[in-house]
Amino acid sequence: MIQITINGTQHQVDAAPMRRLLDILREDLHLTGTKEGCGEGECGSCAVLMNGELVNSCLVPALQAHNAVLCTVEGLALDGRLHPIQQCFLQAGGAQCGICTPGMMLATHHLLEKYPHPTDKQIREGLAGNLCRCTGYMRIFEAVREAAGAE
Amino acid sequence: MSSAHTIVGTNLPRKEGIAKVLGDAQYVDDLSFPGMLHGATVRSTIARGRILDIAFGSDIPWHEFTIVTARDIPGKNTIVHLAEDHPCLADGFVNHPEEPILLIAHADKARLHAAKAAITITYQPLPAVFTIEESEAHDTIIWGQDNTFKTYLMEKGDLDSVWATADYIVEGEYRTGAQEQLYIENNGCIGIYSAQDGVTVHGSMQCPYYLHHALTLAFDLPGDKCRVIQTETGGAFGGKEDFPSVIGTHAALLAKKSGHPVKIVYDRSEDMAATTKRHPSRTRHKTAVSKDGKLLGCEIDFAIDGGAYMTLSPVVLSRGTIHAAGCYNWPAVRVRAKAIATNVPPHGAFRGFGAPQSLFALERHMDKIAQIVGITPEDLRRRNFLQPGDTTATSQLIKEPIDMNAMLTRVLTESDFHARQARYDIENKTSPIRRGVGFATFMHGAGFTGSGERRLNSLVKLEADEHGRIVILASSAEFGQGTNTILCQVAAQSLAIPYEQVLIAQPDTHRVPNSGPTVASRTAMIVGKLIETACANLLLTLRAKNYLHDTYTPHQFCEAVLQHRADHGELTATARYQAPGDIVWDDENFCGEAYPAFAWAVYVAEVAVDTRTYQATCTNFWAMQEVGKVLHPILAAGQVEGGVAQGIGYAIYEKCEWVEGALKNNQMTNYIMPTSADLPPIHVLFEEIPSIHGAFGAKGIGELPMDGPAPAILNAIEAATGYAFNQCPLLPEDIFERMTCTHASGSEDLQPTIAGPVFSQATA
Repeated sequence: MIQITINGTQHQVDAAPMRRLLDILREDLHLTGTKEGCGEGECGSCAVLMNGELVNSCLVPALQAHNAVLCTVEGLALDGRLHPIQQCFLQAGGAQCGICTPGMMLATHHLLEKYPHPTDKQIREGLAGNLCRCTGYMRIFEAVREAAGAE
Repeated sequence: MSSAHTIVGTNLPRKEGIAKVLGDAQYVDDLSFPGMLHGATVRSTIARGRILDIAFGSDIPWHEFTIVTARDIPGKNTIVHLAEDHPCLADGFVNHPEEPILLIAHADKARLHAAKAAITITYQPLPAVFTIEESEAHDTIIWGQDNTFKTYLMEKGDLDSVWATADYIVEGEYRTGAQEQLYIENNGCIGIYSAQDGVTVHGSMQCPYYLHHALTLAFDLPGDKCRVIQTETGGAFGGKEDFPSVIGTHAALLAKKSGHPVKIVYDRSEDMAATTKRHPSRTRHKTAVSKDGKLLGCEIDFAIDGGAYMTLSPVVLSRGTIHAAGCYNWPAVRVRAKAIATNVPPHGAFRGFGAPQSLFALERHMDKIAQIVGITPEDLRRRNFLQPGDTTATSQLIKEPIDMNAMLTRVLTESDFHARQARYDIENKTSPIRRGVGFATFMHGAGFTGSGERRLNSLVKLEADEHGRIVILASSAEFGQGTNTILCQVAAQSLAIPYEQVLIAQPDTHRVPNSGPTVASRTAMIVGKLIETACANLLLTLRAKNYLHDTYTPHQFCEAVLQHRADHGELTATARYQAPGDIVWDDENFCGEAYPAFAWAVYVAEVAVDTRTYQATCTNFWAMQEVGKVLHPILAAGQVEGGVAQGIGYAIYEKCEWVEGALKNNQMTNYIMPTSADLPPIHVLFEEIPSIHGAFGAKGIGELPMDGPAPAILNAIEAATGYAFNQCPLLPEDIFERMTCTHASGSEDLQPTIAGPVFSQATA
């Protein structure tokens, strides 16, 4: 049995030790906000926060997630109110097709924890593990800058 | 009505935006149906040959699996696009690596991999062709009589007589590689079958009615027994225009045979190896120019590699052909174009659709012409831009008041082009990093080419819901570009009601009419205009029956709608495409009004080439365009920035490595698209000249930004280094090879001298 705390709720999952955390989230717990893009840790669509660190859940085996505290996109909004990062992605046009958006917002969350007022270079480097094919990133940078101001 | 006046042209929230930022939006892989199985595709491992035997290994419990072969297809074994040459499943013969041969399904997705590996297919390999040159040599015929899907001849003026009058004749050859769309959500569909209802497919796609058509043929079912529902789509870029017809039909075949819903979602490596890419191209230019830099005539030979089956290649070729002569006033033009067959997976739609290829060639060639004539690239273009009253290469009269000279001036000023150029000319002499600026000027036709919109005969519908809101019914799909939002804006403004009072239905062929595919930069202009017309029709209905006065508040509109519903049971309005009377295209002679409107652009790139690592980087970018009315500034800028990013990838990052027709770098690890750390600031500038053909004056914008970056960047690289590169993508190894090779090793002469009055240079 794997024990995981996800968005404040404890879960017990009967998973093989090498089962991908991504599949546990999507298939076992039906938290489908976390997306699979490449399955090899390149695109960041499946990024979640694990014990405060940004990880690609397609590369995390169940065993490694045992006793971990996770935050996924479903944990960003509070009581039906959008998190400032979500609000800023919406306003600034940071979400187009939406498939990279959950991972991108969690990367933003992680970045702003580290640098509450990031420079443009820190934004570019902080998001470089999350690929977006729609926006050319410009609107995402804008969303991050707005979120830094909002928080 | 006050608030309604400012809907078009403002930054309203994306219609489906909240669901996307919450992670609630339902993409195909997020859906599940009771009893659902998972499907997989068994594919060809060779490029061309006969299938001699298919053996199923003994260590797999095959009775647990559903297996579909070509024999299980109830109707025609074809994925119909323009022709029926493309088999749904290979039947005894394969024509490209990764060609689908068998489909298998099982309730446990984890069991599919071992099962696929236990199937052994024995082939008798046959000779195959992999390049344009091998195909046109005709030593091996792999398609039809001559390996040719389609040819066009586009002519204007008397080209044969211009050569004698030219001061210079400039020749050049240019090539572009394949490019992967690389939407972040892979292709996927879920098929469901019942004897009573027929076939239903849910999936990630741009064109529900394309898949609908494919299903009617493969299942031999009437249209009302085939249903296609678009799910939230995580990027497309053309890669989900034609291909969903393949994967959707496959999922439906497994569903019919198994009696269960079946989901097929490719993983990244399968998606990259097996689905369509941008057509590789080769363009040869021969241009007659006067010594004062007037273009007198051009002969262009344009060839694209279509892969193993026709798919959409003739249409890609047609757009590429029409754009091949660009935004210049040519007295004489001859373009010979052909799409040829090779034994690689079929190439298909990708943003720009042939135009990025032919415009890359032209805009690189323009800089070469300028060099030969001895004027600046800027002056050459200024002397030859199309002006109102001129005619394009298809003899289309320019009626829009476009002023490319003014656009060029504005973007060169905004980018401080001349000062940068002067500074780099000095700094480059002592710096290992060579910097330069370059630009490209171009236009892109909006809407289907030629008589395409007439044939599509698109229809849109509006209906009122029980709350008095208006619901848009159209087959136009949202896949990030903003369809939902802009169509709702157009309706809200047309009806003078708040944006929130307009909804758009999920594209479902049982509910929405066929308003055409979501392609060709046609949604804002063509479908938007239809919505505008349908709104006018809806108001006519309400006013004719005295439900609504000439002026009204949103509340009064809502009450009128509800009263009409109460009295008549419903309120609907439709609009069908009517070709403007003065838009005439001659398919036979390939001339006339190619598009109702063009978007026009000047893109400026700044680059840095490190002469130690041979890496070229785009360090700054200015994208200036005239796209008619901008319906939503943030979405429009997002389209341009995203397109420019893909164009930068096309120019200097994204290379498909083929071995015997198979893509070998089919992973995000070794196919490199730009990350947030790779891209420069992208400055987006708009001019707005409203077009009478589009909704509130909007023209197409989606594809335009793909056309300019690659030539602008390679022009800048030439300005920085003095090396004229004539192919993209241009990776560090390509730059290394060129900058370090000696003449003896066979490279082209880098600093050609002009021999006599006629200069001729055919590049290697």
